[in-house]
Amino acid sequence: MEHHSNIVPWEIISKIKGFAIKYAKVNEDGTLDYEDYERKFSSKTKLASLSHVSNVSGVINDVKRIAQVAHEYGALMFVDGAQSVPHMPVNVRDLEADFLAFSGHKMLGPTGIGVLYGKKHLLEIMEPFQGGGEMIKDVVFNQKTGHCGIDWNDPPWKFEAGTPNICGSVALMEAIKYLENIGMFEVLKHEKMLTEYATKTMQNCCTKLVLYGSSDHSIKCGIMPFGIVGLSSHDVALFLDNFGITIRSGFHCAQPLHQVFKLQSSARASFYIYNTREEIDRFVEVLKEIEQF
Amino acid sequence: MSTVEDYVARIEETCGEEKGAVVTFKYGKKDEAIAKILKKAKLKNSLSGIIFELAFQGISFRMFSSGKAIFKGVKSKEALHDILAALLL
Repeated sequence: MEHHSNIVPWEIISKIKGFAIKYAKVNEDGTLDYEDYERKFSSKTKLASLSHVSNVSGVINDVKRIAQVAHEYGALMFVDGAQSVPHMPVNVRDLEADFLAFSGHKMLGPTGIGVLYGKKHLLEIMEPFQGGGEMIKDVVFNQKTGHCGIDWNDPPWKFEAGTPNICGSVALMEAIKYLENIGMFEVLKHEKMLTEYATKTMQNCCTKLVLYGSSDHSIKCGIMPFGIVGLSSHDVALFLDNFGITIRSGFHCAQPLHQVFKLQSSARASFYIYNTREEIDRFVEVLKEIEQF
Repeated sequence: MSTVEDYVARIEETCGEEKGAVVTFKYGKKDEAIAKILKKAKLKNSLSGIIFELAFQGISFRMFSSGKAIFKGVKSKEALHDILAALLL
């Protein structure tokens, strides 16, 4: 169920480091097959990686359950929080995550910047992956060896080589403050209200509509993958575009999950703090119109 | 002399479906492009003046009044360029 960003980097580095990757199964409704995931662990497992929320289906994964199994096997837990941190309260300690990453652009912040959380003791023993200014304490030339002795800076600076994205950092901090001021419980509550309202309205009003993924709202946040029978996702997206309604069409950077759904592509409506019930009414009106095509 | 590039702002490959391309016409030229295409291609279906299902030289495509068109099953960028040239020039 992963976004390509939680597949491709592991595939790249596995070729460099020579480790094996095991993929857990996903059920037909887009939920994780937890038993299958747990069966994948062995004494050789070094790291488990899982998205907190699927960017296609909106399903919220029980990350803590997998993290606990990972730790039993002595493995670390990485969480892709790109789709959860902007939409709900997230506590890395509660999740028992060793690492968690999220993006600025999905939470009212700028593109090209994100956050990687890591437990301090793990960051301290990790080697830097990039070299440059700021990430060192000392670089001293040794006359005898003809080399420079280098002392790494403390985390997080050890991992922040070169001049940082200062403008992006300031803007992302302001976005975080803005969301925290609203309150992440309020953000989640609003999205759940809109998702439930949209589901009900779409099901009541649209005859050619197919909703993909789990219908259990208790494990979902504000993402709705759907299709209109007889139309491609791109047709639906471009039709809505005429009315100033923006959705996503295609694979949403999650092609393997579309293989599970046996879909060539899907349309995806997603909601956030700025959306209203009236906008959903308008969205459904336009869907009803395109159904006539 | 006009070229395809005078009318087309960009062409993006779609992901999923059969391989397709979304053609976005330049904002200032979209009405002219749409009018030319509607004149040359065969109209198979339309809805509310917003979406047009068209056929031209054996290729079916859908065009939107917002100034975008989706072409599916066109074998290459060059083939798509040739179709656009035939429709627009």
